[in-house]
Parts: sequence; C-alpha cells; structure tokens
Amino acid sequence: MADATTLAKDFEAIVGADNVMTHEADLHAYSYDSAVLPSKAPALAVRPTTEDQLARVTRACNQKGLPLTVRGAGTNLSGGTIPEQGGVVILTGALNQVLEINEEDLYAVCQPGVVTAKFAAEVASRGLFYPPDPGSQAVSTLGGNVAENAGGLRGLKYGVTKDYLMGIDFFDVDGEQVTSGSRTVKCVTGYNLPGLMSASEGTLGVFNKLIFKLVPPPQASQAMMAVFDDVQDASRTVASIIRNKIVPCTLEFMDNVTIRTVEGFRGAGLPTDAAALLLIEVDGHPVQVKEDAEKIEKICKEEGVRSIEIARDAEHKGQLWQARRDALPALANFRPTCVLEDATVPRSKMPDMMTALGRIADEYKLTIGTFGHAGDGNLHPTIMTDKRDKDEWHRVEEAVNAIFEEALGMGGTLSGEHGIGIAKSQWMEKETSPATIAYCRKMKAALDPNNILNPGKIIGT
Amino acid sequence: MAEIQELIKLLGELDDELVGCMRCGMCQAQCPVFAQTGREADVARGKLALLDGLAHEMIKDPKGVKERLDRCLLCGSCQAACPSGVKVVDIFLKARAILTGYMGLPPAKKVIFQQLMTRPQLFDKIVGLGSRFQGVFSKKASEVMGTSCARFASPLGDRHYPNLADKPFHKTQGELNEPRGSSGMRVAFFPGCVTDKVYPRVAEATLKVLRHHGVGIYLPHGQACCGIPALSSGERKSFEKMVETNLSLFEKGDFDYIITVCATCAATLKDVWPMMVEDDTRRERAKAMSGKVMDISQFLVDVLGVEPGEAHGGKKVTYHDPCHLRNSLKVTAQPRNVLKASRGVEFTEMPEAATCCGCGGSFSLEHYDLSRTIGQRKAENVGKSGAELAATSCPACMMQISDMLSQKGENTPVRHVVEVYAEGLK
Repeated sequence: MADATTLAKDFEAIVGADNVMTHEADLHAYSYDSAVLPSKAPALAVRPTTEDQLARVTRACNQKGLPLTVRGAGTNLSGGTIPEQGGVVILTGALNQVLEINEEDLYAVCQPGVVTAKFAAEVASRGLFYPPDPGSQAVSTLGGNVAENAGGLRGLKYGVTKDYLMGIDFFDVDGEQVTSGSRTVKCVTGYNLPGLMSASEGTLGVFNKLIFKLVPPPQASQAMMAVFDDVQDASRTVASIIRNKIVPCTLEFMDNVTIRTVEGFRGAGLPTDAAALLLIEVDGHPVQVKEDAEKIEKICKEEGVRSIEIARDAEHKGQLWQARRDALPALANFRPTCVLEDATVPRSKMPDMMTALGRIADEYKLTIGTFGHAGDGNLHPTIMTDKRDKDEWHRVEEAVNAIFEEALGMGGTLSGEHGIGIAKSQWMEKETSPATIAYCRKMKAALDPNNILNPGKIIGT
Repeated sequence: MAEIQELIKLLGELDDELVGCMRCGMCQAQCPVFAQTGREADVARGKLALLDGLAHEMIKDPKGVKERLDRCLLCGSCQAACPSGVKVVDIFLKARAILTGYMGLPPAKKVIFQQLMTRPQLFDKIVGLGSRFQGVFSKKASEVMGTSCARFASPLGDRHYPNLADKPFHKTQGELNEPRGSSGMRVAFFPGCVTDKVYPRVAEATLKVLRHHGVGIYLPHGQACCGIPALSSGERKSFEKMVETNLSLFEKGDFDYIITVCATCAATLKDVWPMMVEDDTRRERAKAMSGKVMDISQFLVDVLGVEPGEAHGGKKVTYHDPCHLRNSLKVTAQPRNVLKASRGVEFTEMPEAATCCGCGGSFSLEHYDLSRTIGQRKAENVGKSGAELAATSCPACMMQISDMLSQKGENTPVRHVVEVYAEGLK
C-alpha cells in the first residue's frame, strides 16, 4: 500500500484537496457509527461532489486494493459504516440533490446523500407521500436507508425502504455504471438488482442514483392509546387486530419498564402501573378510518383493555404520540449505555417473545425496556447499561445472544430493520444455512474480487 | 506544554459525561456549523468522539483536537435536541479549559483576558480610547443600519460593524440606587460589555421601561464582563476573577432580580457561573445569585404580566431567537409577546427564527467565513419575513445580523426587543 501522502495526492487529483481528509482527528471522526462497537479509523476520507468523481474514487480504490466504506449520516446500528483499518471512507454528503419529483408518474430520482426527512418534506410539499420513516430520518440519508433497508413506524401498512425502491444506478468496483429497475410500475427487465441492493450494506456496489415510488397521502387518520394491565392482553390485541383484517398504519407497543422510564423523563401522566401501552393509528378514507377505529376499540375491549383514549384533534394526537417519541430518549437517559436491539418475530409470537424477554432480563440481572413496532413483530428490547462495567457488559453480551436464540427459535429474524453489519454477522449462518453464506460469498467474490466493498459486513470474512 | 499524561488524566474526569453520547448522530440535524461543512468533526457527536479518543489515547494529537473543538458556536442547539441528554456545552467548556491549560493561551488572548478584561476600569479606558480614534480607521457603510467598514486593510476584514459608542453607558449613566416603585419590585441591572460599549441605547431603553413599570433599579459601577469570552477560550482564571468582581458588586445590593439584556450574559450568569466556578465558596455564592437572573422580556412578561395587545398595524417587526435564550434558558414566547405588546409595530414570524445567526462571540473572529455563511442565511430569512425591522434579545446577535443585512445592501434596522417596546411607551 502506498504511503498516506501519495495516497491523498491521488484522491486530491479526483475530488480536490478540500475534499480529502487525512488528519488523524478528522479520520477518528469517521471511525464509528451508532452501534456500540469498537471504532476503527480509515486511512483517509474523501467527499466526491459529482457522480463522475464518485465513479473515479471507486475505481481508484479497486486499483489500489483499498477497502472502501460508503458513509451517509453514519446513524446505522450494526456497525455497517465502521470502516476497515487503513481503508477509505467515501462521504455522500455532497451528493445530496433531489434530481426529479415526477407528479404525473409518482416517482422521484435522488442522489444517495439526500437526507430522508428533507426528501419526505419536499415530496409532501407536492401533495405526495414517501412513507418510510426510520427513527433517524431527521439525519439519515436515502442511500443509507437503501443499503440498510431501513424500516420505521409505518412499516406495518406501508412497508419499508425496499418497497419503494423502483430503480437504482450504481458503480461496480471498476467504476462502471450499472442500471437496473425503471420509472415504470411494472418492470421485469433482467435480474432484480434494486432488490439485491436493498440491505446489501455497501458490499455489492456504490449507489449513484435511486428511483423511489411515491404514493398519494391518506386523507384522514385517527390515533388512540390503549392501556393494559397484562402484557399478554396487549399482545393478543395486536394479533386480533391483524386477524380481523385491519391494517393500522402504526401499531406501537411499550412495556411497563418503558412506561415508567418515559414517565420519569417527561411526567406527562402515563399510567405507571400499567403492564403495557398500545399506540394505534389508522389512516385512509375518512369513512374507513372511522369504521376501523371503532372496530379496534371493540377488539381492545374484548381483549381486556383497562382504558382507551381516542385523539380528539391534532394537538391531542401529538400528546398521545409524545410517549412513543420519548421512549428512546427516556431509556437512553436512564443509564450511560443503551443497547437497542431489533430482533423480530412473527406477529403471532409477540406474547411468547415478551415472556422470553422478561425471563432474559431476570436471568442476566439486567434492566430491559421493550418498545417497538408490535404490528410487524419488530420489537426493540433496549438494554440500559454502562459499557464500562465489565461484568455487567459481559452479561449484556450474553443476554443479546439469548434474545437472538429466542427470536430465531420462534421463526423470527436477527434484524427487522437495523441490519447485520459486523454486529450480527457471526449469527447469519444460524438463521440461514452454511450453503447460504457460501452462495453469498461466491457472489461477492465474483463481483468484488479484491474484496474492497465494505469488507467484513453481513457475511464476515 | 504540560505532560500529556496529565492532560489525559484531566480529560478522563469528563468520562462520566462523555459516555452518555450514544453516537446516534441526531445532532447533525441541529448544528449550524455542520449544515455548512458536512464534516463529522464539526458536529457534537464528532467532537465528543474526539475528546473520548484523546482521553483513551486513541488520538495522539491534542492540537488537532483543540482546533476542531474550537469550531463550535456553543449555541447549544445540539444539547437542546440530544436524545441522551448529553450536556454538550458543559463538556466543551470544560474540555476547552483543559486543552488551553495544556497548550497555553495565545499571547494576544493572554493580554486581553488576563491584563485587560479582569480590570474593568482599565478595560473601559482602552475601549474609550478606541471609540475616539475609530473614525480614522473606518467609514460609514450604511446610514440606516448604523454600520461602518474598514478604510484600510484591517484585522476585521470586510465586516460591516457598528461603531463603538461615543460615550459608553456607564459614562452617561451614574450609579443608580432607586427605591421600589409602584410595582413593589426592585431589580439589579447587568447590561453586559456589548450593550455598554456598543449599544448604550439598549441600556437606556431598559431604564425607561423599568421606570415606566415602577420598578426600582440598582445599577452599580465597576461591573466586569460576564466572563464567557475568557471561558470559551479556556481561560478559567480570568473567568474566575470576573465572576468575583461581579458577585461582590451585586451582593451589596438589595433586589428581587438581576435583569440582563444580553442572552449570552443571561445564560452565563444563570447556568455557567454555578457550574464552572472552581472555588467552592464562590460557586455557592453564584448558585445563590443564579435564581435571580432574568432576561428583560422574561421579567416583563412572567413577573410584570405584560400581555400582547390588540394588533393595530405599524411597522412589521420580526424576531430572531438568540441561541442562549432559546437553548439554555428556554425563553422563546416572552420576547415575542413583548413585541406583540409594543405599540407602533406588527409582529411577523420569520422562517427558521430559531437557528443560530452564526456569531458565537469569538467564533466569528476566528472563523469569519463560516460565521458569515451561517449569518447570510439568517439575513435571507429576515428578508423573507417581509419585516421592516429585525428584533432580537442579544447585542451580539444584533451586531452579526446588522453586518449581514448591511453587506447584503438591505436597509432593515436591527433593534433589541426592549428598544422596540420602549419606543411605544408614552
């Protein structure tokens, strides 16, 4: 490998001196993401400002055998943007243009560095709707959302990022442009590369342009909060709503630990003795919204709800949702370190998973607050800890393993929306099969013979 | 330079505060500097990671870390929005003090903080001399805005700045010790350096307003700077001296509140003094004083009960939220209500009123290009509001916004909220 100065010069020739960072302090700032994992500093960070520069930077990395990690906002929770030691971090911050919003054919074309919430707001200002709403949307980028196949609160009814990716343009390791998918609703032209790129975590190509489907926004919505004395009643209510063929846009769950922590944080008058809360919202045509809301109220009562509060107006709705918005900040404030997991189970297994989480918390003597997207079985058991306490941290690691064991045992999955990265790659074989990993590795080796594209992520090394 | 091991030990004492950052990155959405540069080392998460890296010897370059740590407006927007409740501003102030202690203060700052600002009378004299000779070096840039620019190449670059007042407030105004009036209240008045030396009219408006409401005033002479410029540069000793001067001065008076007209002074007196003063006894004294500190608009609305009046037209006025008032003291409604209660103006909200104007005190001296890029957006938003008058609650923001509007060729005067209110009083 060339020395750092020569290397920097080569990249400066492509992107200009201002867009190459080599100082130790700057590189340290690109050594981590939101996962609780050890950091690793790259040899340099580059920020292409045009698509052509992006292609040339990619090619240069391959020619020099430099591992490259593409980074948007660095918010992912599985170590997907932690670079390789001595590698290159490619920043997408300057590739942040919404290139087209097509109101006739309902799609948009974006560069990968566009911030999700800004895109959603721009789409909304045209009277359209981009539903995926990951918790980090205020800062996360669309490229990162595709790479991680980000989910969010609306996943139950509207799906996740992959359900909106119609087409993609990316660079292969030689910097050659690959194009797949289209601007049409139907498209079966060859391999489904947008599908392959969703959740690929930067291991198969460098995204250049993304085409997203847009939908009309719902005309009306209704939110409600249901309080339960028994977790099992709440879990059964979730299953029953789905079984009755009602699909709320959001169906969120909070357990007692979370309720108490949120109440300690905000003091908004939540019932701290309740075993669980469900926050439910239905949307769509006004008539259907009304009918669905009534049905849900009835189901909640049948399943033994203690009380149910229905939002009177927009302000009241905001108040009801505040509890859910406070869940993560409240849990994060409680102890120094907060390990946010996202093991996911089939919806019918919600009650079993809740029981298992309670048992794991007891067994490993940990405080676990569980909230999350009950409607799609995607729970966020959140372990409140202090990573500096070695003994406790060891128990956290064991508890996380136990959570995966349980989820997989119930036919669930390692990750609903956070990705595999380096955090969970050693578990991949357990969920899939040795042949699956071998197949993926063969594919990766064919497309990326020098193994420069975000090596070590998902399928290990 | 001191021993690096000593530096690491001191930084290690910040560990309990640093460990709270879960690296979620939500601060990226708030940071005005990051919005311009997109560099991770410019946002709170990056800076916290750098401090953590230095403390754990993963980074070996304290100078590089300090340079990046200094690229911060200390506006506190990140802290106000942090899901984990990390006390970013506290950490940065402490870390700057530790790093400055390790590397030493630059000679110019040494003179300004240690020799000048800790001696209020000398400081006043030097600035007084400056105001007499400033005409030699500067010429009018905008009559309406009251800004000037440099005649020759100057360390101030191409700024449009307000001139130093011919006579600072403390020269025109004798010491005051007025008894309680019809309100039954009595307040001490802390004008702050910029008000005293650049905008005495703001202080005069404050006196007019207080007297109008029958509030007794205690105004002692010999007030020192609140100390934040020294502390932001990591100079703790001078900070400590300035706090002592002010504490012993105000402890002599009998009053219900200390009124400030500078958002930064308000936040410093209220939050920073009790937190950052090192001497135990002095810190207790600062804590005792802290509860009495109040911004003028907050006092008018929360204590005197000034209420928005009927909209009766007049010049359109908009409001810029100073960071220290909004993020540190959570005062946002009161200044708007004071404007709505002011005769002769009609309030209109500007886009992005809550974002930083880019001044950040010495930040604008050290990183003027960045400061200007952030400030230009503020000037554009003032323009978008259609206001004929821009109001705010911090003299430093007034300087910055005047500079930006004047450079843009706009003739929108910038006023303190209390000036606008005072003008409407009979």
